[in-house]
Amino acid sequence: MKPAPFVHHAPRSVADAVAVLAEVGHDGKVLAGGQSLIPILNMRLASPAHLVDINQVAGLADVTVSDTEVRVGALVRHAQLEHHDEAYAALPLLRQALVNVAHPVIRNRGTTVGSIAHADAAGEMPAMLALTDGVVEAVSASASREIAVADFFEGALETSLTPEELAVAVRFRRFAAGTGTSFMERARRHGDYAMAGVAAAVRTSDGLIADARLSFVSVTDVPRSLDVTEVFAGQEPESVDWSAAADLVHAAIEPEGDIHATAEYRAMLAVELARLTLAQAARRSVAAHQVARDTEGPAA
Amino acid sequence: MTTSMFGAPIQRKEDPRLVTGGGRYLDDMGHRALAAAFVRSPHAHARIVDIDVTDAFEVDGLVGIWTHEDLPGKVGEPLPLLIPHPTLTHGRTQFALARDEVNYVGEAIVMVVARDRYIAEDVCQRIRVDYELLTPVVGIANARDGSALVHEDVPGNVACRMLQEVGDVDAAIAAAPHTLELELDIERSACMPMEGKGVLARWDTDKGELRIFSSTQTSTGVRAAVAAKLDLPLAKVECIAPDVGGGFGVKINHPWPEEVLIPWAARLLEQEVKWTEDRREHFISSAHERGQLQEIKVGFDEQGRILALDVKFWHDNGAYTPYGIIVPIITSTQLLGPYKPGAYRCEFWSLYTNTVLVTPYRGAGRPQGCFAMERTMDAIAEYLGIDRTEVRSRNFILPEEMPYDHGLLFQDGRPLKYDSGDFPASMAKLKALVGWDDFAAYREQAEAEGRRVGLGIGCYVEGTGVGPYEGGHIQIETSGRVNVSTGLTSQGQGHETSFAQIVAQELGVPIGDVFVTTGDTRRMPYAVGTFASRAAVMSGNAIALAARNVRAKALRIAADALEVSAEDLEIVDGIVQVKGAPGTRMSLGTVSVMSNPLRYAFDDAAKAATQFAGSNDPNKPPVADDDEPGLEGKDFYSPTQATFANGMHAAIVETDPVTAEIRVLRYCVIHDCGNMINPMIVEGQVHGGVAQGVGGALYERMVYDESGQLLNASFMDFLMPYASEVPHIETDHLETPSPLNPLGIKGAGEAGCIPVTAVIASAISDAEGFAITSMPISPVELWELRQRHARGEIPSLARPRHTSTSPGSAPVPPVQEAR
Ligand SMILES: Cc1cc2nc3c(=O)[nH]c(=O)nc-3n(C[C@H](O)[C@H](O)[C@H](O)COP(=O)(O)OP(=O)(O)OC[C@H]3O[C@@H](n4cnc5c(N)ncnc54)[C@H](O)[C@@H]3O)c2cc1C
Repeated sequence: MKPAPFVHHAPRSVADAVAVLAEVGHDGKVLAGGQSLIPILNMRLASPAHLVDINQVAGLADVTVSDTEVRVGALVRHAQLEHHDEAYAALPLLRQALVNVAHPVIRNRGTTVGSIAHADAAGEMPAMLALTDGVVEAVSASASREIAVADFFEGALETSLTPEELAVAVRFRRFAAGTGTSFMERARRHGDYAMAGVAAAVRTSDGLIADARLSFVSVTDVPRSLDVTEVFAGQEPESVDWSAAADLVHAAIEPEGDIHATAEYRAMLAVELARLTLAQAARRSVAAHQVARDTEGPAA
Repeated sequence: MTTSMFGAPIQRKEDPRLVTGGGRYLDDMGHRALAAAFVRSPHAHARIVDIDVTDAFEVDGLVGIWTHEDLPGKVGEPLPLLIPHPTLTHGRTQFALARDEVNYVGEAIVMVVARDRYIAEDVCQRIRVDYELLTPVVGIANARDGSALVHEDVPGNVACRMLQEVGDVDAAIAAAPHTLELELDIERSACMPMEGKGVLARWDTDKGELRIFSSTQTSTGVRAAVAAKLDLPLAKVECIAPDVGGGFGVKINHPWPEEVLIPWAARLLEQEVKWTEDRREHFISSAHERGQLQEIKVGFDEQGRILALDVKFWHDNGAYTPYGIIVPIITSTQLLGPYKPGAYRCEFWSLYTNTVLVTPYRGAGRPQGCFAMERTMDAIAEYLGIDRTEVRSRNFILPEEMPYDHGLLFQDGRPLKYDSGDFPASMAKLKALVGWDDFAAYREQAEAEGRRVGLGIGCYVEGTGVGPYEGGHIQIETSGRVNVSTGLTSQGQGHETSFAQIVAQELGVPIGDVFVTTGDTRRMPYAVGTFASRAAVMSGNAIALAARNVRAKALRIAADALEVSAEDLEIVDGIVQVKGAPGTRMSLGTVSVMSNPLRYAFDDAAKAATQFAGSNDPNKPPVADDDEPGLEGKDFYSPTQATFANGMHAAIVETDPVTAEIRVLRYCVIHDCGNMINPMIVEGQVHGGVAQGVGGALYERMVYDESGQLLNASFMDFLMPYASEVPHIETDHLETPSPLNPLGIKGAGEAGCIPVTAVIASAISDAEGFAITSMPISPVELWELRQRHARGEIPSLARPRHTSTSPGSAPVPPVQEAR
């Protein structure tokens, strides 16, 4: 349980970091919070010759909230984002999901960007990037680019980031006013990777459902957003049968069995959680309109 | 005596040190030591064809590589079989390094010693072992089938077949008005102490002396075993257990391969060598427990009284049997719990499989036995339509029947004879605590809300404090400091506190003056070890006896000095004084000064003991012929048999109607371990035990695939319950003293975990309306059982489920925070 030898680089700037990455190429790995990478190294499941430790890099630790987005720098720890009140007000979904990411001690170290770069289908935050139709900002020694979520995740633990690239931030897009969100998951133990998790965003307009979307944790290879608006559009949130999306959910997921849960069980969970999260998101949407009416201010 | 220390719920003396980083565990020592790492078998069953180390030699920092070939003399012989038994006809133990065959994934093949552990692991990675694969035997069913063999020379994979019978079971079954048959299955789990094993050895070349530090539950055992292996005089070997971060049984087995190899390497290299087990090694090369298949036939009358109980079980002992067949023997005897079946027969087969070996884990065979008995009790209740507590009560051994001899031999080779216990009283307390009689109303209310709840129960008796003996040594310094030593070891049980309480009580000294040392062969070379809930009973009583000796000596010396009779003296707060006239007094420290005639005064107090200080009688030697210098005493406690503690648990569970998730809403414990030295420590032991029990019931299992790979050898996938999974535990105690020992105490260490699996199975069965026969159980498994039940493959419980006896008085259990 000790890693193989590696060279430790501790750049102070993004420019230095990507310069090292350009030099070491496939032999290098970015080290952020280390909550996924260090166990992999210790078990010698990977033995990169170079670690580019970005923990000293300046300018990556900020959460910035704009009218349209929440931008999260590469050194923002899960806990920092979880407790960021402005981010919560702008996009409650983030906190709703983050409290399910492992345990507080792990959230104190692990980064949200690292979690997305790691692209574990069982991670919560990749699914949040999908549901918010977010963007990854990547920088290399030669170029900078923005990668839309649809182009980012390529498979389990696979992304379109090249070995020379550093993800410097991700941007979660805010939902339209009056959208309610919900996240629920079922894990064997509190804080474990989920057997299945579902995020829902529902927007009501004039008391009727206008938009409904889902994304999934642990039951798809690649996090994607599933639009289920067609099933519910125009219905009243109080009387709608939220299990009506079951067929769409079944078609969208590809759960695999493991020692903790069979594929069938995970599928059942995904369907059940879709029902529960859609209902809760809709209730929150209705409540958001209520608050907006009461205060005549903008809805969350 | 001002305050009574015995029985006081005082906080643990060791905790401030342990919880503020002051503990000194094995890996906190030996920072300059060379480090060992092992190449372990990736195959469950294979012949070793070739070991190629050529690539490994170039690694900078490598010190040495050894395979079985290199091990001289006894070091290269199989490890000892610690507990032989006449029925263990095919006992097998492993070599410290595998010779030509490996029998489980994780068996050590090559030892590497290097400058540090990183380098040692680099070297391991470069060593290539060629194997010829053999058919692996995984799972009890395959082992029992016997078509493939773990050990070529062990037919049918049977290490041992044992049969004990009291009465004529066949005749009693034939005559019984009713019979039932059950088939049960219980899975493997493991101790999983927070600290794994570890060994540090120092060889003193000049003196030819070996000092071993081991994270062990028996330092005297390791010392004797290593001395024998290395052909060293016992006098030249010391073994010390430093702070040990949990044991739960796995560290009582010894010597582990590493406990032989590390000292051997230290002597060979004349350098300090250390090995610290990592978690993966702990999973695949320490020990597991629990796995059994059981078949039960029971005959009973209209009242539910058991006339005959016929039990067969198959026990998975893994690849080797270094600890003998203690676990299945305990299952077969402790299965009886608080009950007295008319006739009883138990036959078991202990079987080899190509998996990690099986040695005792907290509970040590009892959870399996309790599961068998308690599932049977529920089945009888169900069949006759009688309340589950009623059926149990009708089978209880009554207080007036104590001592009760079952006519069987227990794990210590002595009669299974209960010394005391009041089972009806325990049951009454449990029913009151959980609100047994009001549950039907509570269930009705819950079901009206669309919730599914169930109530479960389980009773057990636990033989604790087995011999052969332990010792206690007490010495009072001239400062009044009381040094206490006992040879068994501590893994977090609070011995520094509970043993100190006994001494404070017996001697009449402040507890702050008492300092306890355990597990150091330099301080107490005669000892057995910490296991079988025996520390308090064995060392506690030995220490009490030693304290009584010291007290008698102190009173004799003080009586002489104060010119009074010893009977007129008492000791209060470390001061010996005349009863009723406390002005006439001297401190125990002063008594200590006087107990040791001195030539040299090393400080002011010591002057009083020098040759020109007092009125010496020139006709007597300074130390009398029948006396010894020093205020010091030693004694041993060796009982004729174990003392039997007992307990009863009940739980209310809720199962999710859709997802089949299982939540324990309430967990209630009645516990009787005789007189309690420290109720707070007892409570802590019970809590910890229940937590491990919940793990065994709902979360933990060792998932082997058919090739013998352990698929969940990490804390990511082996699901120990977190604090968030352990229910709030409600406890109440009964104190039925043991008549067998001076302090009237019984063991408490294992108690909490014993009935949990049975209790949870009982509660889930009650919630679901069909019997749970296989544990542990996960949501997925319950979900699948529901589907089978719906298809008619699993019968519904016969008793109508929704009967309400006392409507209107539904107690609402304190539901835990939903997550
Ligand atoms: C016990 C435990 C339980 C956990 N449970 C959960 C859980 O329930 N849900 C969950 O989502 N996660 C869980 N995690 C993982 C945790 O969330 C990690 O923090 C996260 O997955 C990775 O973030 P990190 O900063 O630690 O990344 P690291 O471990 O440092 O890196 C992970 C990978 O991402 C790459 N990487 C990191 N940052 C960048 C970057 N800026 N640019 C390019 N590549 C980068 C690394 O090279 C590496 O390949 C758990 C971890 C542990 C130890």
